[in-house]
Amino acid sequence: MVTTATPVQVVYKRPASLSDTPTHYCPGCTHGIAHRLIAEVMDEMNIRERAIGVAPVGCSVFAYNYFTCDFVEAAHGRAPAMATGIKRVLPDRVVFTYQGDGDMASIGMSEIVHAAGRGENITVIFINNAIYGMTGGQMAPTSLPGQKTTSSPTGRDVESMGFPMKMAELLSQLEGAGYVVRRSLHDPKNIRMAKKAIRLAFETQIRGLGFSMVELLSTCNTNWGVSVLEAMQYLKDHMLPVYPIGDYKVSPALENLRV
Amino acid sequence: MPKELLKGNVAMAEAAVRAGVEAYFGYPITPQTELLEWMSERLPALGRTFLQAESEVAAINMLYGAACTGARVMTSSSSPGISLMMEGLSYIAGTEVPVVLIDVMRGGPGLGNIAPSQGDYNQIVHGGGHGDYHPIVLAPSSIQEAIDFTVLAFDLAEKYRTIAFVIADGNIGQMMEPAELPPMRPLRTEYPEWAVRGAMGREHHFLSSIYIDPKDEEVTNYRLMQVWNRIQANEVRYREYYIEDAELVVVGFGTAGRISLSAVRNARAQGLKVGLFRPITLSPYPFKELEEISQHAKKILVVEMNSGQMLEDVQRAVKGRIPVEFYGRMGGMVPFPDEVLAEILRIQQEEIPLDGDPRQRWMERFAPIINWKN
Amino acid sequence: MPVKGWIEVDERYCKGCELCISECPQNVLALDLDHLTPKGYHPVMLKMEGCTGCGICAIMCPEAALTVYREVPQKAAQAVQPSGG
Repeated sequence: MVTTATPVQVVYKRPASLSDTPTHYCPGCTHGIAHRLIAEVMDEMNIRERAIGVAPVGCSVFAYNYFTCDFVEAAHGRAPAMATGIKRVLPDRVVFTYQGDGDMASIGMSEIVHAAGRGENITVIFINNAIYGMTGGQMAPTSLPGQKTTSSPTGRDVESMGFPMKMAELLSQLEGAGYVVRRSLHDPKNIRMAKKAIRLAFETQIRGLGFSMVELLSTCNTNWGVSVLEAMQYLKDHMLPVYPIGDYKVSPALENLRV
Repeated sequence: MPKELLKGNVAMAEAAVRAGVEAYFGYPITPQTELLEWMSERLPALGRTFLQAESEVAAINMLYGAACTGARVMTSSSSPGISLMMEGLSYIAGTEVPVVLIDVMRGGPGLGNIAPSQGDYNQIVHGGGHGDYHPIVLAPSSIQEAIDFTVLAFDLAEKYRTIAFVIADGNIGQMMEPAELPPMRPLRTEYPEWAVRGAMGREHHFLSSIYIDPKDEEVTNYRLMQVWNRIQANEVRYREYYIEDAELVVVGFGTAGRISLSAVRNARAQGLKVGLFRPITLSPYPFKELEEISQHAKKILVVEMNSGQMLEDVQRAVKGRIPVEFYGRMGGMVPFPDEVLAEILRIQQEEIPLDGDPRQRWMERFAPIINWKN
Repeated sequence: MPVKGWIEVDERYCKGCELCISECPQNVLALDLDHLTPKGYHPVMLKMEGCTGCGICAIMCPEAALTVYREVPQKAAQAVQPSGG
């Protein structure tokens, strides 16, 4: 007779690439989901020990506290330049930046575009939640038309405040880009897709196929002024139509890669 | 090594190569572009890193990233480009990683021009980036010094985990002179414990200039000041010429010092007791040495290619003991030795007041030189 | 018989954001309103039988606070045992 003890399988446990430090993020903030996915991918690919992260300025300024890989902290918007410096000196390391929309699509626009244009072999995780989180909810370059923020109190008027920056579309136009996609973090299916994209982005870097970026549509329920669950719904209803999920640039060398 | 006829920018670049620079990031700007061009040829050929950045802002942040790996790194630029780098420099200072910068100064403010100037004294010696920090600043007055100080800058930057500047002007960058390059040093194979190179077989760590608790930031500032105290105690450098019996001491750095030396030699030939004090480290500044000079000499003349930025440091050292006069050219104008000699002759004869502002007196004397009309 | 699963909640991390609760296909999660974490949040808990250990809660969790277990179904367990075992 077989043993009566039923075998138990661990379906999910906290990835080793995440540190023990609890995050400072608001409850339900999708930064945490993005962090977790990066850590899970680092575990799966066994790259933690040769990964070097570059933290931004914004809510994720303390990202370096939450991973067990080496990290540096960049000036606002300059993470792609800093990552470039590291990667050029240490080409066999896996170098990634983690940047929000203000950091990357506003003050750091030059650095990100040129890193992509050079085909810099770095990976960029871009958190687009359409608002400045850390400074308390000001208009971001990615804020939606009509979106009310503390610096666009009557809503973003595109006539005077411009249109949302579509970073995935923009960067995908550059020949140096090897993998540029947009994903979303609003439900389990999309989170699974996002994780796969992060994996492919790191694979792009490791294969030397050029610049890789995963734009992750994210929430900021605190500064949007809604509940955690309402924020997910808002993302689905209002961000997805402006920022369609999709593969904007995939190097042909990645097409047959199964992860 | 035999002496070769070398252009300043190229000499500094090759000196850095031989000092073991592993990575250079820069952006073209006159009058330092030959330095970048030399690096673009030399470093890839040696299997090292050269990258032309999209801006000085990017260049300094690439430098910051590369410095965090513990590599020997440098950039170079000229005045407006250095202004753009100030943000990154403050972060680098706050993170305590060593970097070397060469500033080939040009006329300003603003776009100014591409002629030699010393207008960056204040932005580099007295500040630039936000917060409290002090870079080491070396001022060469010849191609040989430009070479030697470039090598020295790497050693000092790493010794103190700090920023080391070589500030030359367009003259030093552009002129050719016989000089001797150092032998090629082997590249380092070991990296400091603090370097971020991947958490291989060790605890992960990070490099950052963020100390979110003001108590920690205060302690960090105190540590930076402790390091600065050690630098001030050990790294002051200067050159003296004909100082022993000098009644009038001319003070000038870099090209202004070199031009003043011609004038001083000429004055000596006329039997005048004139000497030259040439600060080599503008930071740390040779305050003590100047103070001692002010106890023996009778008058001081400060010569600069700006409106008297170093003058204020000289006055701080002299403490009103003896009269200080100033002569400057600005905006890319370079004084002739005869201009300085004329000032020497005038000051020797005239009674110079102890009080009053030497800059104001100079402006009044200077107005006719530029045909200024009120 | 459905697969039996369960979760462990690490109270150092859980902030009671309810994202896991909203996506649980079995609707077996709830906040533990009688209990606070050290940070002062009501943590999530299994409120009833029926967890299948599908792991969707962990996929949603921003804090990686959840460990998910499930019993390996007997048939599958036997299938993977070496023959004659």
